[in-house]
Amino acid sequence: MKKVSRVFTYLFLTVAGLIMFFPFFWMFLSAFKTSAEVTASPPVWVPSSFSLINFQLAFEKAPFLRYFFNSILVMVLSVGVTTLTSILAAFAFSRLRFPGRKTLFTLLLSMMMIPFEMLIITNYRTVIDLGIYDTVWALVLPFTSSIFYTYILKNFFDTVPESLYWSARIDGSSNWHYLWKVMVPMARSSLTTVILLNALASWNSFMWPMYVIITDSNRTLPWGLQVFTTEAGSNPEQQMAASTVVVLPMIILFLFARKYIVGGVARGGLKG
Amino acid sequence: MHVTLDHITKKFDDFTAVQDFSARLEDGELICLLGPSGCGKSTLLNMLSGIIPPSGGHIYFDEDDVTMMPPEKRGVGLVFQNYALYPHLTVLDNICFPLETQHVPKKERVEQAQEIAKLVHVDTLLKRRPGELSGGQQQRVAIARALIKNPRLLLLDEPLSNLDARLRLEMREEIRRIQQRTKVTSVFVTHDQEEALAISDRIILMKSGVVQQNDLPQRLYDSPANQFVANFLGNPPINNIPGVIRNGGFHAQGADSEIRLPLFEGLPEGRPVHLSIRAEAFSVEKDGPIEAQVERVYTMGKEEMACLRIGATEFRAYIDSEVGLTPGRNVQLNVRKRGVFVFDLESGEKLA
Repeated sequence: MKKVSRVFTYLFLTVAGLIMFFPFFWMFLSAFKTSAEVTASPPVWVPSSFSLINFQLAFEKAPFLRYFFNSILVMVLSVGVTTLTSILAAFAFSRLRFPGRKTLFTLLLSMMMIPFEMLIITNYRTVIDLGIYDTVWALVLPFTSSIFYTYILKNFFDTVPESLYWSARIDGSSNWHYLWKVMVPMARSSLTTVILLNALASWNSFMWPMYVIITDSNRTLPWGLQVFTTEAGSNPEQQMAASTVVVLPMIILFLFARKYIVGGVARGGLKG
Repeated sequence: MHVTLDHITKKFDDFTAVQDFSARLEDGELICLLGPSGCGKSTLLNMLSGIIPPSGGHIYFDEDDVTMMPPEKRGVGLVFQNYALYPHLTVLDNICFPLETQHVPKKERVEQAQEIAKLVHVDTLLKRRPGELSGGQQQRVAIARALIKNPRLLLLDEPLSNLDARLRLEMREEIRRIQQRTKVTSVFVTHDQEEALAISDRIILMKSGVVQQNDLPQRLYDSPANQFVANFLGNPPINNIPGVIRNGGFHAQGADSEIRLPLFEGLPEGRPVHLSIRAEAFSVEKDGPIEAQVERVYTMGKEEMACLRIGATEFRAYIDSEVGLTPGRNVQLNVRKRGVFVFDLESGEKLA
């Protein structure tokens, strides 16, 4: 009985995996096809040549390098600042004793229930009031702190025995010194998880850039790609080439860092 | 450095962890804070290190009042039960850590660490990480880390509890050796009476936050201040035989016979008491004042451990194996002067 259910589990997972994988596979192959091959019926599976012409054409039609640079810039800034604020907040909630600590943390956690879409109007208003509408800063500022990542890190910090903290304090360590010399190095794998998840989210962010960016040269990849697909609607093979460029960095990143993402979430994020 | 604790009290909400504790720790002494769990000994240690502030009273290091001084300024070394080593640092970096915070140059740090590592015998392990060490080795590293900054006071919080029995013996001798080499005033917290008796210059025995007795180890054993102290020390535990003093003799509960010892002179009539006798204080004597029934006998080699009965009370005694006790028979016993006490049955107050 056990064996049978095992077989079914694997069968199901294999089918589901193929379904997930197929669009990417199709996108990748199509990026090399000619215009005729893409639209051919019945479909042509393997392109006649693996020439990079579609990539070249796509890059000529829209400033993908610029988008790429913007995406990287936004990612580095927002991930960097979010990581810093999350570490500090997690440490405060985990180790420092101040009045209202638990209440405040519960309040913050409950705010995770609010979907981002609900905050779009207020964030939009704020961005306009700050005068950073249609700049890269509008993409960074709303993403400089995260309750979720704070929560993951706090959970890890909570597992570090209190004796380590007091030992360090008695040995002359300040809170600040302890945090960076002991806590953060120990939290390396949780931090990796947080940074990776955050980088993925930042890279894939689409809706918010669409609202606050109108100038072409300030667009990030996903939003730029969307504009490009609308404009290059008649050239699906070029769309596929552009899409491949957008998803490739994150796929590579994911392949390398898979074990941190899975491990970190399982350890820090989803218990309790 | 000598340490003076002056009427220290610690309250957590309405729970009193330490009640009016006063003591003086002499320079270079190794002092044990001994007591069952929850007696306030760790709380006291944490007040010495500055981790928690006392609710009342004062702590002096030599003549300086350090009561409110933060832990990093006190110059104490602390060894935790779980060692609290930094898992991401090597043994060398762990030992160097206290010097790093004092901004001692790296070369000097390493030299000092190597020296102290030699003292505690971990000099061959400097490149390893704590996860690759045995419990005893981790303990040594923790001691090295506590000692490297030349602490004025070394605090050890149940440092041996996580070790297995054999290692515990070895490490307690090590701690004693290192302490005598460095001559640092040390406070050792433990609930293990054997440990305390073996290594300390002086023992402060506590119960429910109150000092029961502050004395030399042997004195604690030989002349306990009250029933609690007598019960706490000694293995097997002291025999307590409940009874009443009448006409200058002791009547054990449920026994017809009377026990007459010089010890009972001047004790108040009709007072319910415990006659407390250590297992090794008995000897078989034909005209001995105590008559007991032999219940069981266990051979232990050079002597026998006998379970005996007086009235309703069973008790244990070490008897010379040459005597050859027979279960079911009665035997006449005498007691030595050492190890025989009379305590009030209710209050545990020492009467004789």
